[in-house]
Amino acid sequence: MARAVSTKRKLWFTGLAWLIGLVIFFPILWTVLTSFKTEAEAIASPPSFLGFEWTLENYATVMERSNYFRFFMNSVIIAVGSTALGLLVAVPAAWSMAFVPGKRTKDLLMWMLSTKMLPPVGVLIPIYLISRNFGLLDSRAALVVVLMLINLPIIIWMLYTYFKEIPGEILEAARMDGASLRSEIIYVLTPMAVPGIASTMLLNIILAWNEAFWTLNLTTVNAAPLTAFIASYSSPEGLFYAKLSAASTMAIAPILIMGWFSQKQLVRGLTFGAVK
Amino acid sequence: MTLKVSTLMGACAIAAISSGAMAESITIATVNNGDMIRMQGLAADFTAKHPDIELEWVTLEENILRQRVTTDIATKGGQYDVMTIGTYEVPIWANQGWLVGLNDLPADYDADDILPAIRGGLTVDGELYAAPFYGESSMVMYRTDLIEAAGLTMPDAPTWEFIGEAARAMTDKDNEVYGICLRGKAGWGENMAFLTATANSFGARWFDMDWKPQFDSDAWANTLNFYVGLMNDAGPPGASSNGFNENLALFQTGKCGMWIDATVAASFVTNPEDSTVADKVGFALAPDNGLGKRGNWLWAWSLGIPAGTQKAEAAKAFVAWATSKEYLALVAENEGWANVPPGTRSSLYANPEYAKVPFAKMTLDSINSADPTNPTVDPVPYVGVQFVAIPEFQGIATAVGQQFSAALAGTTSVENALAAAQALTTREMAKAGYPK
Repeated sequence: MARAVSTKRKLWFTGLAWLIGLVIFFPILWTVLTSFKTEAEAIASPPSFLGFEWTLENYATVMERSNYFRFFMNSVIIAVGSTALGLLVAVPAAWSMAFVPGKRTKDLLMWMLSTKMLPPVGVLIPIYLISRNFGLLDSRAALVVVLMLINLPIIIWMLYTYFKEIPGEILEAARMDGASLRSEIIYVLTPMAVPGIASTMLLNIILAWNEAFWTLNLTTVNAAPLTAFIASYSSPEGLFYAKLSAASTMAIAPILIMGWFSQKQLVRGLTFGAVK
Repeated sequence: MTLKVSTLMGACAIAAISSGAMAESITIATVNNGDMIRMQGLAADFTAKHPDIELEWVTLEENILRQRVTTDIATKGGQYDVMTIGTYEVPIWANQGWLVGLNDLPADYDADDILPAIRGGLTVDGELYAAPFYGESSMVMYRTDLIEAAGLTMPDAPTWEFIGEAARAMTDKDNEVYGICLRGKAGWGENMAFLTATANSFGARWFDMDWKPQFDSDAWANTLNFYVGLMNDAGPPGASSNGFNENLALFQTGKCGMWIDATVAASFVTNPEDSTVADKVGFALAPDNGLGKRGNWLWAWSLGIPAGTQKAEAAKAFVAWATSKEYLALVAENEGWANVPPGTRSSLYANPEYAKVPFAKMTLDSINSADPTNPTVDPVPYVGVQFVAIPEFQGIATAVGQQFSAALAGTTSVENALAAAQALTTREMAKAGYPK
């Protein structure tokens, strides 16, 4: 029987949730507000929250100085490409771990996750040299592969969790009806796991979009995504906070909008199996 | 007729193919600062003079740029044809054979016009390995109104004792006015740039002639005690996390009586568009203690060519253009004399138009008073004023900087910070095999 929750308690928790939400969102809000200030207002103390002279000058400067759409397209290609490639590898891998587990499956999963514990800079030189030797420096192909490999453990883990929720009997029935392994995965498993796959895909796109170590170290001009675009506006000697904020806003806006539109799927996927 | 048309079309095709084949694209890695951005805006002048060369710019934050170009040059990645590097990298990279020598730049480039202190920092065994784009030292920037109200007069060449007295006299914490703003944020290019240069004027040094660390000396104790005491009495709250930008913001909003930092800041604090105190700023040389060395540093953002580039000639043409006297005149014509990249050429300072810029003379005097080959009171085995030009310095100085920043924040004592600095430097230098 569900426990009755008093209105006062409900209000209190709702207020707390809003407060936490605002605290988490505040840095983004502040970045957006700063992007509409002049450089002098951006450093004013005490800072003004809304009562300043709004300007679009920073956006104009950023658009004039940088080829935003080139950076944007590189981000799209790298994020979507690495996610698609990752799913292609992860779906069969997660299937085998969920439905035909071996003695060492759990160990294998833990080992895969342990690769995320390695500081990326530890493998910078080997990956840089491999990319150089294959002529892949400053190429989107190299970043698609590298980001796919980096996020693969997370994708496999998430899909494994979702697949575990699907009753094995359904797949067994398909097998008895003569479905091949390929058909079983494509026509039976995948449609049933669409919410899980969709949320995994969305999360992976967000992770790849925001990745700033490899995207900065393996690119120069042709493959540089929005992370490099932001980095070009930061400076330890000179105040460029307003322009930096404008560049940051332009870089995060697409992924923020995507997140808003898909938040239902994202939350559903992330909490899938959390409550039984 | 048909033959003529075919011949003409063939000739056009060959011309198109040849021009396409001749067009060479060079990639230039730069830092994000006003002078570099201005250069990008004026690059049309270069491409008009060299239609066969296309320019691709990669602008990055200083620390990211340093990491990127170091990885690239060490692994011969060949991603860049021109790199923006500082006086710290040049001697180290030149000794590794990573940079193309620039002694063969055209005669009209007039390398002898480069300021001797700057040129010395970019030359190894008589070969120039990077051309200076702009040079800087450090100096005192102070509020003329506040010092006057305190009943003091800033000398052109103040002592640390005077700076301490003036800072305490100008401080009005109730009204959020702090007598002095200095770097406190940990980092080899942050607080350690300032403190190493300051230590030079207190008679301290990083190493003796046998590469033995010297943080256990009285001179270092005097330096750090003076710094922490002064900042506690007259510095802003939270100073241990303040770097250049934080102090710039404080000064521009009228909260600092004095600020000792890079000469390049002079153009920012006197710019009425951004600074509320633009018309109340005076300049003085970095302080000393009467030991023959001032507490100012020397730095030059310079353009170097990595040895692995396939486009050395095009890269040299660009470097020669960007660091030429003609480029300085081009900036003056388009942006005014105050925006000309400072601190590289003697001829700029001989120009009567440039002499009218309020901070021109003090910048030159500051640069000239720094000597990277003889930076300390006692002899040292290294080159560099605010750094030690060895590859290990970045890591060691950042760790030492964290200790000193902690001392400023009050989470450790000056004695403990110096003891920790001595221990960690001794350990790292032994690991690196010094003395070599």
